[in-house]
Amino acid sequence: MLSLWALLVLIPLAWTLMSSFKKTSEIFASPFSLPAEWQVQNYVEAWQTAGIGKYFFNTVIVVGFALVIVMVLGAMCAYVLARYVFPGSRAIYILMLAGLTFPVFLAIVPLFFILKNIGLLNTLPGLIIVYVAFALPFTVFFLFSFFKALPSEIAEAAQIDGAGEWRTFFQVMLPMAKPGLASVAIFNFLGLWNQYLIPVAINTNRNNYVLSQGIAAYAGQMGYAVNFGALFAAAIIVVVPVLIMYILFQRQLQGSVSAGTMK
Amino acid sequence: MAVFLGLPLAIYLVFVISPFVQAVYYSMTSWGGFDNNMPFVGLANYVKLFQDDIFMISVRNSVVLAVFLPVITVILSLILATLVTIGGSSRGQIKGMKGAGFYRVISFFPYVIPAVVIGIIWQQIFNPDNGLLNGILTGIGLNGFENYPWLGDARTAMVASMFVIVWGFVGFYMILFIAAIKGIPAETFEAARIDGAGRFRTAISITIPLIRDNIQTAYVYMGILALDAFVYMSVLNSTGGPENSTLVMSQKLFSTAFTKNQFGLACAMGVVLAAITLIFSALVFLVNRLTGGSKDVSE
Repeated sequence: MLSLWALLVLIPLAWTLMSSFKKTSEIFASPFSLPAEWQVQNYVEAWQTAGIGKYFFNTVIVVGFALVIVMVLGAMCAYVLARYVFPGSRAIYILMLAGLTFPVFLAIVPLFFILKNIGLLNTLPGLIIVYVAFALPFTVFFLFSFFKALPSEIAEAAQIDGAGEWRTFFQVMLPMAKPGLASVAIFNFLGLWNQYLIPVAINTNRNNYVLSQGIAAYAGQMGYAVNFGALFAAAIIVVVPVLIMYILFQRQLQGSVSAGTMK
Repeated sequence: MAVFLGLPLAIYLVFVISPFVQAVYYSMTSWGGFDNNMPFVGLANYVKLFQDDIFMISVRNSVVLAVFLPVITVILSLILATLVTIGGSSRGQIKGMKGAGFYRVISFFPYVIPAVVIGIIWQQIFNPDNGLLNGILTGIGLNGFENYPWLGDARTAMVASMFVIVWGFVGFYMILFIAAIKGIPAETFEAARIDGAGRFRTAISITIPLIRDNIQTAYVYMGILALDAFVYMSVLNSTGGPENSTLVMSQKLFSTAFTKNQFGLACAMGVVLAAITLIFSALVFLVNRLTGGSKDVSE
């Protein structure tokens, strides 16, 4: 049973990889045969003609900025909520929970007009800020329990030693939360890298496409005249960075799946 | 401290909470979009939705997904997780099957692949002319499947699409359940074994009751995901499939808003989708509570 499932996972991926080196005519001739000539050309075509290279670059920028911002803001917010009790702190916590429960679809139409009104529709900064906003509740929840578990004596000691609130947070508390931060960061990276609905709705300028919408658009215009090999190559290009991330951080990621969903 | 909390909170309120609230208001207008003319129409949009046959088909399809996807995904991932953790030899220490670590890594693969790419890969596998599936089926002598359009036939389109979603998520829940099962003390399993329980019996009477809260969490997550399903469905069959057989609410909402510019109506669909999502979660919690599960596992 296990090996059957492993095959069910691996065969489609192997087939995709193999097809990415074939000519379209070969793909149609037989799904199994090895490519007669390895078409590295497919990758060039996907990268340039299909625009995957450009979309890749956009994605790196958007995900990179959004990730850094959401980690900093999320950590600050979680820190305050976890360590200070004040009127309304519970309400804020529940408000965050609501953001996790409601479907993004409910928000998507008004979101479009909010961005339009502030002039950020179809821009990368607009996309970044929305990514940050929607990744925030998950980040806060995950880190909330983390900060809660840190001993408060250390923060007090830092304050007695004369560190201000900013210093206490950035130089003392934040480094202690590193394992938690790393887990959330990996999760957010995957989530943002894979994001599709938000860019499709609020980022419709072709030059600003991110990978997921770029490759979907490319697949959508697939007709008979188009290069299927290049489509497979594009798929491989999109998958490779996340697979590398996964293999590097495999243990941490699997650990955070359980930590993040079992609180 | 005000900055620490204020800045993230402001972003969150403007871009997450306020759109949710606005959507509820817009759902009661006949707003067409690009002008400021927003006539208030009360519940007219909702009445219209419930008389719209195609929207009701999309509701039905979404509900079908929410009913079947969690069941299939949870059962399959539970079986795989059990095999990896306690499915090994019934002599000696309690352990998983041989190569458990390898299977754990491989199974998680699809979860990290972007959903769009999963959709594209499987769309090609199901491709009637050059797809892998028909290639395999005709290869083993089932010539009837030559050129069979898996996603283009109303009888198979939904099942094929559901399979793709399950494929993408089983690994995630498998890891979740593995962690939960590992949290059960080994003595519990050893005691069951001494009492003569086989592997199957152990799984049913020991594992499942002990990790039922994790199963509930998984069930709710997967159900919420199934009610969305936008990426998979729109990549596999962008038009909603043959005879709308794979059209889901999220797709209908998206096209109503961004191709037809009927924003008021689209927001009403969003409210219906949110309501169904909440009802679904409430039902799962209620069933778990009534059947004796512990309370408050959501936090």
